[in-house]
Amino acid sequence: MSDWRILQALFARELRLVLRGGHLMPVLAFVFICVMLMPFGLGPELSLLQRLAPGLLWVIMLMAVLLSLDRMFQADFEDGGLDQLILLPVALEGAVMAKLCAHFVGILFPVLATMPLAGLLLNIRPDTVVPMLATLLAGAPALVMLGAIGAALAVGVRRAGLLTVLIVTPLYVPVIVFGAGALARSLAAPGTLDVAALGMLGLISAASIFLAPPAIAAALRAGIR
Amino acid sequence: MLERLENLSALYANPHRFMNLAARLHAPLWLTAVGALGFGLFMVSGVPDDYQQGATVRIMFVHVPAAWMALFAYSFIFFASIVAVVLRHPLGYLAARAAAPVGAVFTLVALVTGAFWGQPMWGTWWVWDARLTSVLVLLFIYLGYIALWEAIDDYGRAARATSILAVVGFVNVPIVKFSVDWWNTLHQPASVSRFARPALHADFLYPLLVMGVAFLLLFLAITLTRLQMEVLRQRLRVRQSEG
Repeated sequence: MSDWRILQALFARELRLVLRGGHLMPVLAFVFICVMLMPFGLGPELSLLQRLAPGLLWVIMLMAVLLSLDRMFQADFEDGGLDQLILLPVALEGAVMAKLCAHFVGILFPVLATMPLAGLLLNIRPDTVVPMLATLLAGAPALVMLGAIGAALAVGVRRAGLLTVLIVTPLYVPVIVFGAGALARSLAAPGTLDVAALGMLGLISAASIFLAPPAIAAALRAGIR
Repeated sequence: MLERLENLSALYANPHRFMNLAARLHAPLWLTAVGALGFGLFMVSGVPDDYQQGATVRIMFVHVPAAWMALFAYSFIFFASIVAVVLRHPLGYLAARAAAPVGAVFTLVALVTGAFWGQPMWGTWWVWDARLTSVLVLLFIYLGYIALWEAIDDYGRAARATSILAVVGFVNVPIVKFSVDWWNTLHQPASVSRFARPALHADFLYPLLVMGVAFLLLFLAITLTRLQMEVLRQRLRVRQSEG
């Protein structure tokens, strides 16, 4: 089999696992639980929620991605699948990318698709839905790639969840700064997208797509030995 | 160049040799550090009150060197990790591990003294200013690094994983700084304005520099002590695994 076919097969396998394993439902539930808690914490006043909605949804999205990555490599580590990934005749970086793409398609897309509904519950202004989705979509690759670094570093650690959060949150700071920043600027001038900030966000995503896989692969190799 | 470095590092790759050197360096280093700190504090006590800030200006002589050390210690961890990985130098991992809590404490000191200074000067303990925020993020980077060392039981695995995190974090620091600068200018054009920094008068500059040197020596002394401890702990680990 050519390298490409192997990666395709790996992607298909991972996607099946993600969809079958019931990983999606808890993540979606987490998003809506956070949304439900906001009015309790902040008060049910709709105008206040409307003002805060875009930023809140960015924070919720970020936490949801973090939580969804918790078991990313852990299950493979426990059942020996990780050793098989390393032994594959393709670069581990490629195999990691196939896994992350499956995660993106299987979990991130559905979460993004429910974001307008979550926004509806927070009384989001209808004209802010498209800018919100645009910034979330531009930032999502960076969230996945950087989060995977933390998940890979914590592989094999008992109770890795909180450790991953602690490691990854500093890496997420630039993403949410430019993501929520681009969104805030777009909202200040309705009907426009802030190209500069959105460009920075895309740049961070692109850079993390190229720079994160070697770090993830190195972390996995360090974890397995 | 690399060969020469390797020769130099091989000289102290032997923990026995390093421990001998460390034992000889230990007392003089601590003495000069404490001496420099005493001299620095004596100089600070002679500093005149600032015409705007009054006596609170003296907090700066702890705050600024602590912030310098927060950055220096992280750079130290980064370079020690690089040395450990590239030159396969076992002491590099231990040095990085030894320095991490020291750097974290300096970061915390910078944040806390900053708050003590901010309360009378700005009227608030904390503002979401770009600088403050990026130092806070640096503290979390330290904590994540330390937590990763603690979380992995196997020494070799912990050493490799933390060296990767040290590099990732080092790349992240300037990006955070840049993004947070951008964010702050976006949200509020400095409602609490940082006093326009005048060129420091010599009365302030020299005590500050002495305190900076004192903090550097203090960092090196504490890290050396902790490094000796790490080497001993490593020996203990080996003994235990030999059963």
